[in-house]
Amino acid sequence: MAEIWTNYGWPLTWIILKIFMIIVPLMISVAYLTLFERKVIGAMHLRKGPNVVGPFGLLQPIADGLKLFFKETVIPTGSNTIVFVLAPIVTFVLALLAWSVIPVGAGLVLADINVGILFLFAISSLGVYGVLMAGWASNSRYAFLGALRSAAQMVSYEVSMGFVIVTVLMCVGSLNLSDIVEAQRTVWFVFPLLPMAIIFFVSTLAETNRHPFDLPEAEAELVAGYNVEYSSMTFALFFLGEYANMILMSAMTVILFLGGWLPPFNLSIFNLIPGPIWFAAKISLCLFVFVWVRATLPRYRYDQLMRLGWKVFLPISIGAVAVIGGVLVASNILPLNNTG
Amino acid sequence: MDNYLQEYFPILVFLGIALSIAGAIVLGSLIIVPQKPDIEKNSSYECGFEAFDNARNKFDVRFYLVAILFIIFDLEVAFLFPWAISLGEIGVFGFWSMIIFLIVLTIGFIYEWRQGALEWE
Amino acid sequence: MILEALAFYVFSGILVIASLLVISARNPVHSVLYLILAFFNAAGLFVLLGAEFLAMILVIVYVGAVAVLFMFVVMMLDIGPTELQQGFLHYLPTGGLIGIILLIELLIILGGWHFSPELAKTVGAPIPPLTKETNTHAIGAVLYTRYIYLFQSAGIILLISMVGAIVLTHRRRQDVRTQKISSQVNRHPRKTVELQNVEIDKGI
Repeated sequence: MAEIWTNYGWPLTWIILKIFMIIVPLMISVAYLTLFERKVIGAMHLRKGPNVVGPFGLLQPIADGLKLFFKETVIPTGSNTIVFVLAPIVTFVLALLAWSVIPVGAGLVLADINVGILFLFAISSLGVYGVLMAGWASNSRYAFLGALRSAAQMVSYEVSMGFVIVTVLMCVGSLNLSDIVEAQRTVWFVFPLLPMAIIFFVSTLAETNRHPFDLPEAEAELVAGYNVEYSSMTFALFFLGEYANMILMSAMTVILFLGGWLPPFNLSIFNLIPGPIWFAAKISLCLFVFVWVRATLPRYRYDQLMRLGWKVFLPISIGAVAVIGGVLVASNILPLNNTG
Repeated sequence: MDNYLQEYFPILVFLGIALSIAGAIVLGSLIIVPQKPDIEKNSSYECGFEAFDNARNKFDVRFYLVAILFIIFDLEVAFLFPWAISLGEIGVFGFWSMIIFLIVLTIGFIYEWRQGALEWE
Repeated sequence: MILEALAFYVFSGILVIASLLVISARNPVHSVLYLILAFFNAAGLFVLLGAEFLAMILVIVYVGAVAVLFMFVVMMLDIGPTELQQGFLHYLPTGGLIGIILLIELLIILGGWHFSPELAKTVGAPIPPLTKETNTHAIGAVLYTRYIYLFQSAGIILLISMVGAIVLTHRRRQDVRTQKISSQVNRHPRKTVELQNVEIDKGI
């Protein structure tokens, strides 16, 4: 009995503890990201933003959460109940699950798998399902249209994201996320691969259905898109999932282009600050850009959105794969087999 | 081998925990909060009108086309992943091999473009 | 070791049940959802085998792309179970014929299939541990050079499918006015805007 405990019990407890060390800070950041967004947009509009609940409105996210929790869960009559309830759960679980492979610092990762970036790519390509299932199960016109738009938009930008990831991988020579970060010790990839970084970031905006690509939720025409029919905690799970996805996409951008947990310069003062803090700071920077874009840009039209994805980003990123590969092969600076 | 599976085991545990959290908060709200459903509340939202018919009707074939093109390009990306990380070993020959592959697919891409399949009307 | 065996039985058990549900579910959308569940469990089995690259590609390509298309098709056609059965007898002869031809072809392939004599050697060869050689590297090292013909024919098959998809589904609509960005950008104010000095009480 004691042997089973030492062999399986302790490691399992330790794993569960580590998982909660990821989930709890993540949920708190998601909650405060909503406040951050409202405050920043408020400031950009010369408003104050939420400031009533608690000092500077700091308790606002908690109040919002409690309010949603104590609402009635409405399940429409015409809907397909199981799929209807499953859809927000899928969105939420996927947004959390991806964090199991994200390295927040040197060696600070729950599952250091060899194919980390593929795992992230797979998770982000599954995001379509939550939306499609919600739109179909609701049996409402608005939800259905929103889901359709959203699905077509997400798959369109997924393609160029894939090609951009390939350009980064050519410079690294490994699919492991920690290796990708370590390869940026000399120079962050955002400098040599600036156009790719821009394409990637814009694609993440489209992937997360954020401004200026938030057509699936266009309030004016589709009243909220695929989540019209959702209320209470089922709605809250969609909301949490979406914001967790924003943080996830920022983390991907940071890992691929902004050097992960590495400090900007290899100076001793910068090295004193621990890696996770650098990582969090860079993610916050990306999230600020997410919010900034929302406050600044008008919404795209759907045909323009598709044109940008298929006729601008896709050819540029395919061309970039060939050109960057050619440069690396010709100048013979390819990374050799450095499996980690 | 065991060492390798140890990296995957936490993901499985994580999946279990995430599912139970999500299920718990949906069920918790459903159980604790009084539910008072009625016909009007549970009818689907249609700006106050009665819905004319089932919302799931046929739609533009263009969406299928986007999905098919997505599959093809996704496969292309799947071929690129192993190539990108082993480019150092397979060298110039491997590089040109992929370039020919990309040229073949670029022909298809140009065909799409000329046919107007990428146009959203 | 126990955990590994347990994981194998759980994955394969769910895989078998999910595949049975795919063909027995009455609602086609539920069928697709079970299919996705089956894909996930197959990916889990791949991971147990040590083929992590294949597991991820299975999820990316089959769940992330192919099943999305299936989902589109079954969701939007909204075929009820009764409508599915209506044409059953009508299509039975053609469908049955194609099915039988495919079965015969499979049997022919199976009959002509044999173990190559070198197999014993290849199977016996030691596999480098995953920490030294990841299987993505291993695939990359041979796919583009040693198996170049197969690789290029895969490219040609993709090209054919791309062309086929467009030929089958694309209809050019005549009644649309598309945005021509180049002509918008090329418009010059001098050609389009005219400044007029309008005298009071007189039109232009």
